[in-house]
Amino acid sequence: MDKKIRVFLAKPGLDGHDRGVLIVGQALRDAGMEVIYSGLKQTPENLVEAALQEDVDILGLSILSGAHMALIPRIMELLRESDAGDVTVIAGGVIPNDDAEVLVAEHGVARVFGPGTDTREIVAFIREREERR
Amino acid sequence: MKDSPNDLYQKLLKGDRRAAARLITLVENADPSARQALKMLHRHSGGGHIVGMTGSPGSGKSTLTCRLARHYRDEDRSVGIICVDPSSPFTGGALLGDRVRMQELSGDPEVFIRSMGSRGALGGLSVATNDVINILDAFGKDVIIVETVGAGQVEIEVVKYTHTCIVVTMPGGGDEIQAIKAGILEIGDIFVVNKSDRDGAPRAVADLEMMLETKPGTSEEAWKPPVITTMALAGEGIDELAAAISAHRGFLVESGLLEEKTVQRMRAELLEILNLKVSRAAENALEEEGVGAELVRRMADREIDPHSAADEVVEYLLKRAGR
Repeated sequence: MDKKIRVFLAKPGLDGHDRGVLIVGQALRDAGMEVIYSGLKQTPENLVEAALQEDVDILGLSILSGAHMALIPRIMELLRESDAGDVTVIAGGVIPNDDAEVLVAEHGVARVFGPGTDTREIVAFIREREERR
Repeated sequence: MKDSPNDLYQKLLKGDRRAAARLITLVENADPSARQALKMLHRHSGGGHIVGMTGSPGSGKSTLTCRLARHYRDEDRSVGIICVDPSSPFTGGALLGDRVRMQELSGDPEVFIRSMGSRGALGGLSVATNDVINILDAFGKDVIIVETVGAGQVEIEVVKYTHTCIVVTMPGGGDEIQAIKAGILEIGDIFVVNKSDRDGAPRAVADLEMMLETKPGTSEEAWKPPVITTMALAGEGIDELAAAISAHRGFLVESGLLEEKTVQRMRAELLEILNLKVSRAAENALEEEGVGAELVRRMADREIDPHSAADEVVEYLLKRAGR
């Protein structure tokens, strides 16, 4: 058996910046993971459907538009409705600490990585999480 | 929560996308529990038309695949798409970006898209691709499009596993033919010159047509691969491409070649699985003390040559299998 960690990196909402998410994608790829990138401007419905079809272990959401408190809870809800609550959701972009706390405590996001995060920290987090599975 | 192979099988036949997605993961990871489900699914496959999409990087395979899928959705036919991108031979990781060009398909549950890393396989596909084709086929997809790694000259494996093989090229300053050298010219059932608004498109079409015309071994009743010009981004030429695919399917059915292709596909599939099994058995034998390990040492001492050593291993494996 040769299990590979599959990650879906998605850009929900109206946000045209993907430099950051692509750098994360490269780091995860170089760490031996299979990374699927969604492209810009995804609706919660579309990206959850894609995450299901790709059967990913990790869903990474990159949001710099400020709409994270509307988009992320909706995505979490859709995942639960699709019986896919076991997918680990991480987020990044421009998300204030107060909001990040709410997203983790109340909505089930595993971790929010703020600006300036070392990509090795993300790799380590995902690996550790998958080993515990 | 883990489903048993039988649960996955039952759910998949009922149209559960999650079950299909999970089974594909098991197959990709070479998980032994996938075997049972594949075994039961086999008799449900065989209904879909399998289309291969190959060609050089940047020629527009993903965009064409997307447009073609749209066309089939407008005809109310369901579509499965398998996109293979290269895995790094060093880390095993992969960045799979074909979905970026297929955004207008996302959200339609009747289109099932799966991105796959090639995971060390050569030839533009991955080892699990054929199993995944079978899964989507049994899942009831009317058309299954398999998009290969973009490389241009070696990704010819796809022809073994598809009914209709499309080779995509684009006008590129007189060097179009570079992308369709020996091998790739033989596998195309349909050729597409994409990005036809670019300079040199008519020339590319003429060159291709001439090469196909003079291809040796073409008989009167053989299929004549058409050359179609498209502008995938603008959606131009897609109806013509879809018409060519259905014409090719019609030709295969009428000439009896569809059955022959199916047999060929089964043969290729069997051979691939056997190759994998036999090479694993051989690798294990080489590790065994007194068998392979001993032979390797004798080779190093120049007592036995590699070919004779290989014969001895084959002899050993056959004897052991006969027991």
